Amino acid sequence: MSNSQAAGAPPKRTIDVVNASLKRRYARERRFRLVGLAAVILGLTFVGLLFADIIAKGHTAFVQTYIQLPVTFEAQTLDPAGTRDPETLAGANYQAVIRDALRSEFPQVTERRATRALASMISVGAPSHLRDMVLANPDLIGTTREVWLLADDDIDMLMKGHIDRNLPESERRVKDQTVAWVEQLESRGRIEKRFNTIFFTTGTSREPELAGIAGALMGSFYTLVLTLLISFPIGVGAALYLEEFAPKNRWTDLIEVNINNLAAVPSIVFGLLGLAVFISIFGVPRSTPLVAALVLSLMTLPTIIIASRAALKSVPPSIREAALGVGASPLQTQMHHVLPLAMPGMLTGTIIGMAQALGETAPLLMIGMIAFIVDIPSGFTSPTTVLPVQIFLWADSPERAFVERTSAAIMVLLAFLILMNLGAVLLRRRFERRW
Amino acid sequence: MQTSTLLIIVLGLMSLAYYVGRKRAIVSAGGAGRISTLHSLPTYYGLYAALWAGIPAILLMALWTAFQDEILVTLVKAELPGSMLEGLTPGAVGLLVNDIKNLASGAIVSRVATPEMQAAADRFSLFSQIAVWAMWLGVLAFAVGGMAFAWARTKPQMRARNRVESIFMVILVVFSSIAILTTLGIVLSVLFESLRFFQEISPLDFFFGTLWSPQTALRADQVGATGAFGAVPLFTGTLMVSTIAMLVAVPIGLMSAIYLSEYAPRRVRSWAKPTLEVLAGVPTVVYGFFAALTVAPFIRELGMSMGLDVASESALAAGLVMGVMIIPFVSSLSEDVINAVPQAMRDGSYALGATQSETIRRVIIPAALPGIVGGVLLAVSRAIGETMIVVMAAGLAANLTANPLDSVTTVTVQIVTLLTGDQEFDSAKTMAAFALGLTLFAVTLVLNVIALQIVRKYREQYE
Amino acid sequence: MSTTVDDMSRRIGAMSSAELAGGRESRVTVGDVTCANPRMVCRDVDVFYGSTQAIKGVSLDIGKNEVVSMIGPSGCGKSTFLRCLNRMNDTIDGCRVTGSIKLDGQDIYDKGLDPVPLRAQVGMVFQKPNPFPKSIYENVAYGPRIHGLTNSKAELDEVIEGSLQKAGLWNEVKDRLDKPGTGLSGGQQQRLCIARTIAVSPEVILMDEPCSALDPIATAIIEELIDELRANYSIAIVTHSMQQAARVSQRTAYFHLGDLIEVGETNQIFTNPKHRLTEDYITGRFG
Repeated sequence: MSNSQAAGAPPKRTIDVVNASLKRRYARERRFRLVGLAAVILGLTFVGLLFADIIAKGHTAFVQTYIQLPVTFEAQTLDPAGTRDPETLAGANYQAVIRDALRSEFPQVTERRATRALASMISVGAPSHLRDMVLANPDLIGTTREVWLLADDDIDMLMKGHIDRNLPESERRVKDQTVAWVEQLESRGRIEKRFNTIFFTTGTSREPELAGIAGALMGSFYTLVLTLLISFPIGVGAALYLEEFAPKNRWTDLIEVNINNLAAVPSIVFGLLGLAVFISIFGVPRSTPLVAALVLSLMTLPTIIIASRAALKSVPPSIREAALGVGASPLQTQMHHVLPLAMPGMLTGTIIGMAQALGETAPLLMIGMIAFIVDIPSGFTSPTTVLPVQIFLWADSPERAFVERTSAAIMVLLAFLILMNLGAVLLRRRFERRW
Repeated sequence: MQTSTLLIIVLGLMSLAYYVGRKRAIVSAGGAGRISTLHSLPTYYGLYAALWAGIPAILLMALWTAFQDEILVTLVKAELPGSMLEGLTPGAVGLLVNDIKNLASGAIVSRVATPEMQAAADRFSLFSQIAVWAMWLGVLAFAVGGMAFAWARTKPQMRARNRVESIFMVILVVFSSIAILTTLGIVLSVLFESLRFFQEISPLDFFFGTLWSPQTALRADQVGATGAFGAVPLFTGTLMVSTIAMLVAVPIGLMSAIYLSEYAPRRVRSWAKPTLEVLAGVPTVVYGFFAALTVAPFIRELGMSMGLDVASESALAAGLVMGVMIIPFVSSLSEDVINAVPQAMRDGSYALGATQSETIRRVIIPAALPGIVGGVLLAVSRAIGETMIVVMAAGLAANLTANPLDSVTTVTVQIVTLLTGDQEFDSAKTMAAFALGLTLFAVTLVLNVIALQIVRKYREQYE
Repeated sequence: MSTTVDDMSRRIGAMSSAELAGGRESRVTVGDVTCANPRMVCRDVDVFYGSTQAIKGVSLDIGKNEVVSMIGPSGCGKSTFLRCLNRMNDTIDGCRVTGSIKLDGQDIYDKGLDPVPLRAQVGMVFQKPNPFPKSIYENVAYGPRIHGLTNSKAELDEVIEGSLQKAGLWNEVKDRLDKPGTGLSGGQQQRLCIARTIAVSPEVILMDEPCSALDPIATAIIEELIDELRANYSIAIVTHSMQQAARVSQRTAYFHLGDLIEVGETNQIFTNPKHRLTEDYITGRFG
C-alpha cells in the first residue's frame, strides 16, 4: 500500500493532490516563461535602442550645409602683378574674396562686428577651397562665379535643427542676427544641404565641418592588413602544431592553458605590453600601423588558434590515415589534405578575430594612436590613428557638430563589422561539412 | 634605403633561390626524365634553397633593426663630453638623446642646439648611415651565402624533404611558443615597472591607501610635489561598476539563454539569438559613446525629476551599459552549459510529472550551475578589464563612495589617463599605471584560471 | 470505434493456427490484446516521426497488478510505444500520435488532458539510470515536492523511507542520504530512479530496458524488485532480454518493425508462438 494511503483513513490518491495544486503550478510556469520572454525582449530592445540612437544621431552627418555666393575672383586681390605665378596664387588672400562676396550678398551689413559675424558663417576651410579652384584653373581670375561654399558647423547645426531657433537668444550658440541671415539665404535658395564628400575624403580636423574619417580608415586598413599578415600564418601554424604534431606533455599543456587564458586577458594589458616591449625596448615607432598591428596580432592570436584547432579537430582521422597510408609524410598529409579541409573554419575564425581587431580601442590608446594626426597615412610606418580611436577622440570633443560625425563614424565602423561577420557566416554556411 | 625595400629584395632572392635550387636538383639528377633518382621531389630542393636564402637573412635583419638604435645611442653617448651628462637624471639624459636624434633627422628640437649637441647629432646621422649600409650588405651577403650553401649541398641523395620538413616543424614550434612569450612579456613588462614603482611607493600605501591623486610635480620646486597613490578608491570604483554590470547581465543573460534554448520556437530562436549576439560584436568604444551621450544624460534627468542628485558621469550609467555589453557573453556561455545537460535529466524530471519551469529551476539549473558559475566568473573578469566604456562614461574623480549615482573611477580608466598624458616614461605616474596593470592582470588571471578550470571539469562530467 | 477494434482483435485471437498458416506473414496482431482487468487500453495507435511511421496500428491492454513485457528486435518501436503511454514523446519535435490510449477510461491524448498529472500517475524508469545531480534524499523527494504530496518534513521523510525500502535500497543508503545520487553504483542508481518514481505513488510504471546498463547481479535484484512491485502497480517493461521477459512478466507482446505481431501469456509466447516472426525471434534466428 502506498504511504499516503497508510497515513489517513480516506485513501488519498496522488492524482487528486496533483490536480489540486495544478493551477498554482501552471501560474508559476507562466510567470517563469514570461520572465524569460521579458529578458529576451529587453536584450533585443537594447540592440534596437543602440542602433536607433546611433543612426538618429549620425544620419545627418552624411549631408553638409553649403552656402552659395557670387564670388568675384578679383585680379587686384589675387594676382596684382598679373603673372599667374602659382606661388603668388597660392599665397593670395582668399579670405578677402569671400568677405567681398558676402558683402555683395548682404549689402546692408556694414557694422564691424556684424561683418565679422557674417564672415564666420563660412567655414575656415572655404578659402583653401577657392585657392584650389584658382590653382586648377587660373582663368577664373577676373570672373564672377556662383560658388557653393562650405558653411561653418554652427550654421550646419542650425540647418539640421540641432540648434533650436525658438530658444531665447542668450541660450543659443547662433544669434538672432545670424538666424535672420540664414533665413534670407533660405528664401533666396542660396543655402542647401549636399552630400558630405569631405567626411569620406579628409583626415581629422579641429573644425567639425572639415573633419573626415579618411585618415582613420586608411590607418585601420593598414593596421588590419598587417595584423592579418602577422597573425594568420602564426595562428594557423601554432594550431597545426598543437593539434596535429605536439606530443602531449607538460609544455604543450602549459601552452594550451596559456592560450585559453590570453583569450580572456583584458585588452588594455596588451597595450601595456606594447608600450613596454615594442616601443620602449625594440624602438618600434609610436602611433604607426606597425606597432598597432603587433599589439593587435598578439591579441587576436588566441582567437585564431582556438578556431583553427576546432576546425582541424572536425576533420575526420580517416582522411589523415588515408593520406598516410599512401605514403605521404605527416607534413604532406597536413598540407595536402587536412589544411584545405579545415581552411574554411580557420578563415571564419580569422575574420572574427580581425573584426575584433578592427573594433579594438583600449590597447591602441597606450601606444600613441591617440595623437592628433591630420594627414592620411601612406604606409605601415607613417603616424596615424584608427577608426575606433578616432571615434573616441571625436566623442571627447565639445562641439555639437562632432556628435553627429562621431555617430556617422560609428555607423561606418559598424557597417564594416557587419560585413565582416556576414562574410564569416556565409563562409561557414558555404563550406560547412558534416562528416 | 627603406627596410621594406630590403625585405622585398630578400623575398625576391628567395624565389630566385627556389627556382635555382629546383633547376639544380633536376640537372644533378641528369635531366627531367631522371627525377626518380632524386631522394625528394625537385620542389623540395627549391624550398630548401629558398629557406636557406631567406631565414638567416631575415633573422639578421630583425635583430639589426631591433638593436641598431640602442647601440647607436650608446656609441653617441660615449662620445658626448662628460660635462653635458653630469648631474642629469636618467630621464633628462633620455630627453637629451631624443633632442640629438631629432636634430639629426631635422625635426623640431625642444631646446637651442649647442655645438656639442650639433656634433653629436652629426655623429649620430653618420653612424646611422653606416649602420644602414652595413645592414644592407650583411643581409644581402647572408641571403646570397645561404643560397650558395644550399646550391653546394644539392645532390640527388640529399634528403631535401626531411630537411625542409624539420625546418617547418621548428617554425611551427616557434609559432606555438609565441603564446607563452606573450604571457611572459606581459608579466615581465608589468612586473618590472611595478617593482620600480614599489621602490618609490610602498605596496602597503598602494593597496590600502584611500587617497588617489597621482599629480606628481614636473619640477622639484613645485607645490604638492608628491602625489598620493592609494588605489583603494579605484578598486572600489571598479568593483561598483562591475557589480552593476553583473546585476544587469547575469539575470538578463541567463533568463534569455533559458528562454531561447528551452521555450522559444525554432523560428524565433533563429533570429533572436544572432540579433542578441550583435551586442557582443559592437566595439566597446561605441558602448562608451552610447553611455556617455545617451544613457548618462538620461539617468541624470531621470534622477533630477525624482529629486536625486546624479553625477553627470555616474557609475550607474557606465555599469548599465557595460551590463548590456556582457549580456550576450553570459547568455551564450550559459546556453552552452544548459545544452550540455543531458536529455536524460530532463526526461527523468518530466517522467515524474514536473512542468517545464520546475524541470529548469530544480534540475537543469542545479545541474548546470558549475558551468554557469564559470561563465559568470569569466564575465566578471571581462567587466573588470573593460576599458572604453568606463573611460568615456565614468569619471576621473577617485571617490571612495558606495553611491552608484556618484562618479567613480576605475583601474582601467586610471591606466589610460596616466599613460596618455604628456609625461616621461620613467615618472612615478607611468610606473603607477604599470602597477595598476599588474594588479588587473593578476586578478583577471586568477578569475580566468578558476573559471576555465570549473568549466572544463563541468564539461568532462557530462562527456 | 473501440468496440469494433475489440471485436476484431478477439476474432483474430480466436483464429486457429491452421487459419494463420496461409498468412504467416500477416501483420495483424495474433493473440488476445485485451486483459481481464485493464488499466490502460490502447487501440490503433500510430506514431509518426515527421513522415516516417514508427508504430503502426498497435492495440494493447495493460492490466492491474500485472507485468507486461514488450520484446522485439532493435528499432521495432517497443520503446516508442512505451513512451506514448505517459506522453514522453511530447518532448520530441515532430512526433505525432494517433489512435486512442486510455488510462482508467480517460483518453490521455485528449486535447484538454494535461501531461503533468498524467505523468504523476504513469511513472517511467529509463534505460540508463538518470539520477539528478542532487543528494539521494533530494532525488527521491523531488516528485513529492513538485506535486506537493506531503505537508510536513516528517511526512516527506516517511515517504522517502517507504519508497527507498520498496525499491530495496534503504538499507544500503540510509546512512548517506545526503550524499549525491550520482555517487552510487549503476544498479543502485537504477533502484534510486525506481524509488524516485514510486515516491509519487503512480498507478502505472513504465520501464524502458531498465537493466540494459547493469551487471547480472544488479539485474537480478531489479527483476526481483519488479516482481514485488506488481502487488501495487501495473508495470509495462521493454526489454531486450527474452529471459528477463520470461522471468518477470505475465504477458508478453512481440513487436516487429512497428507492428505488434503477437500478444499472449508469457509462457505461451515462449513455448508455443503462433506467428512465424515471433518464433524466429525467440528461437534466435534473427534479432
